[in-house]
Amino acid sequence: MTDIRQISFPFRRSADQDRPEPAHHPTVIVGAGPVGLVAALDLASKGRASVVIDRRSNLSDGSRAICWAKRSLEIMDRVGRDLGLELGQALVDKGVTWRKGKVFFDTREIYDFDLLPEEGHRRPAFINLQQYYFEHCCIEAAAKTGLIDIRWQEEVEGIEQTGDGPLVTIATPEGSYRIIADWVIAADGARSALRRLMGLGFEGRVFDDQFLICDIKMKMERPIERWFWFDPPFNRGRSALLHRQADDVWRLDFQVGAEADRDEEVKPENVARRVRAMLGDDLDFAFEWISLYRFQSRRLERFRHGRVLFAGDAAHQMSPFGARGGNSGIQDADNLVWKLDLVLRGEAPERLLDSYDWERRAAADENLLNTTRSTDFIAPKSAASRAFRDGALALAATEPFARRLVNSGRLSVAACYDGSTLNGADGFGEGEASAARPGAAALDAPVGNGWLLEELGRGFAALWLGQDGSLAAQCRDMLAGLSSRVRFVNQPTDVSRETLLSRYGALAQPALYLFRPDQHIAARWREVSPANVEAALDRATGKAS
Amino acid sequence: MPLNRDPNIKDPDQLYAAIIDAHEGLTDSESVALNARLVLLLANHIGDEAVLREALETARRSIGKPIAESA
Repeated sequence: MTDIRQISFPFRRSADQDRPEPAHHPTVIVGAGPVGLVAALDLASKGRASVVIDRRSNLSDGSRAICWAKRSLEIMDRVGRDLGLELGQALVDKGVTWRKGKVFFDTREIYDFDLLPEEGHRRPAFINLQQYYFEHCCIEAAAKTGLIDIRWQEEVEGIEQTGDGPLVTIATPEGSYRIIADWVIAADGARSALRRLMGLGFEGRVFDDQFLICDIKMKMERPIERWFWFDPPFNRGRSALLHRQADDVWRLDFQVGAEADRDEEVKPENVARRVRAMLGDDLDFAFEWISLYRFQSRRLERFRHGRVLFAGDAAHQMSPFGARGGNSGIQDADNLVWKLDLVLRGEAPERLLDSYDWERRAAADENLLNTTRSTDFIAPKSAASRAFRDGALALAATEPFARRLVNSGRLSVAACYDGSTLNGADGFGEGEASAARPGAAALDAPVGNGWLLEELGRGFAALWLGQDGSLAAQCRDMLAGLSSRVRFVNQPTDVSRETLLSRYGALAQPALYLFRPDQHIAARWREVSPANVEAALDRATGKAS
Repeated sequence: MPLNRDPNIKDPDQLYAAIIDAHEGLTDSESVALNARLVLLLANHIGDEAVLREALETARRSIGKPIAESA
C-alpha cells in the first residue's frame, strides 16, 4: 500500500498566469486543508466552480485533526449525496469508530464513559481518522466533480478589496499572477497569510504549558477507547492521552510543562522514553509524527471582511481537547456555502453573509469557552485551581457527581444558532422538543429504509409530521404556492416513524418544520400557514429581519 | 431562594469543632485539599448556582477583595 503522505502534488502553471489582465473567478478558496476542501466540495455540490490555492505540495504531514464528530460526518453525507459520492461512508469505512473512554488519576481508573449515541442515527458519535486521509478523500472527490481547480505550490502574497471584488496576487514557482474574485474564502489555517496581509488582529490567550504530540505505529490488542490520564506515574504532575487511529496508528499526547526544552523534547530517543514509560519497555513501535505545541485560544473579531470570509483555524484557534478545531471548521463551511450560493444566484441579499459571521462567531465563542475550561482543568494555573482539580478527580472514583466535573475535553457537538436573526417562529410550547428548536441542527432518525438527513438539504425543506397522515397531503397542497422556494418532504408511512415523531415532538400534536439548506431548523409550527412559512423563508434568507 | 445568612445550625459550637477536627493531623496542603473536596461536595448538595454565587461573593468580600466584574 502506498503511503499517501508521500504523494507530491505538482505545480501546474495555469492559463491565468499568462493573461495580461487578472483572470476572473467567482470563488477563490485559500487553503486546501479540510475546511477549504469541504467548502470547495459543498460549492461543487451546488454546481459552483472554485479555485483552491495552497502553498503546500503534500497532504498534512501528521495526523493533526483526528476526531471527526457525528455532525461533520453528516455534513460530508449531505455534500457527497449532492455530488453522487459517498463521502461520509468513505470516512467511516477508513476510520475507527469509537464512543467509549476511560479516565485515570494517578494509578487508578476513576471512571469510564460512553458517549451513548441513542439508537436511530445513521452516524456514530465519533470516528478517528488522520487528517491526511480526510484530505485525501476530499481531493479525490474534488477531481471527480470537474469543478474544483486545486493549485498546489501557489501562495497568496497580496490582497486588495476593489469595487469589482478582491484582487488576489498569487506567487508561484514561476512568478506571480493575479485573480479577481467575487468572493474569497480564507481557510488558510492558524498561520493564515490572508489574515496577516489584511492586517487583522487575532486576539486571545496563549497558554504556557507545552504538549508533546506523537503518532506511533504499533500492534496492540486494546479496546478502541479514549484513555486520558491525570497525574500518572509515567508523567508525574501532568496529563497524557492515548487514542487509536486508522492503520494501527495511535495518538499519544503528553503534557510536558512550560519550561520544557523544545529541541530536546522532540528528539525521537526522548519521546521513545516517554512512550515506553507509558506503554511498557518491551513495546515494538515506530514513530509516524512528532510535534510540540502550546494551546491557543484566539479568534478574529469578525469572520466577514467585505468579500473575504474567514473559516476554520484562520478565523479561530482553540485547544485540541474536545476535538472542536477541525469539526468547527467543517461547520463553518457548512454554514457559509449555502448562503454564498444564494447570494451568487441573486436570490438573497449580500447581508445574508453577515449571518455567517454572527452564527459562526457565536459557535466559535462556545467552542473557545469549552476548550479553555478543559485546558484550565487539564493544566491548572494556580495552587487553588489544582486543589479543586485534584479534589474533583479523587472524589470521582466514588462520587458520581464529581465525574461530571472532570474535564478532559468536552467533545464537539453541532452548534445551535440560538438568537440568530435567521431563526423564524418557534410555535412550540416551553420545553417541548427543545433539541429541535429553531437554530438547532436537524436530528437524524430512521425513515423507511434510510435516514431523515438523507431527505434534507438541497435547498430549504418543509417536513410535516403527525399521526394522521392524511393531513400531510393537505399541508403539501397548502404550501404548493411556495414550491419554487421550499421542497416538501413526505413523512414516512412505516412504523419506524415513532422515533422521528418523538424526536421532533410530534407524537401528540402535528408539527411543521422548516429546514435550511445546511439542515439547521429555521422555524417550526403546530399549524400550517403558507404566509408564516413564507415569512420564515424571507427571514432565513436575509430578506427580512 | 437567596443564601441563608441567618443562624441555621442547631449546635454551632459542635459543628464548628467538627470542621476543625476534620483538619486534625493534616499538613497545610492536605488541609487545602480537604477544603476543596468539602466545597465540591457541599456545592453539589446545594446545587443552586445563584446561592453558590452569592456565597462565593460574600466570602470574597470578607477577604476585602470582591469578585471582579467579568465579561
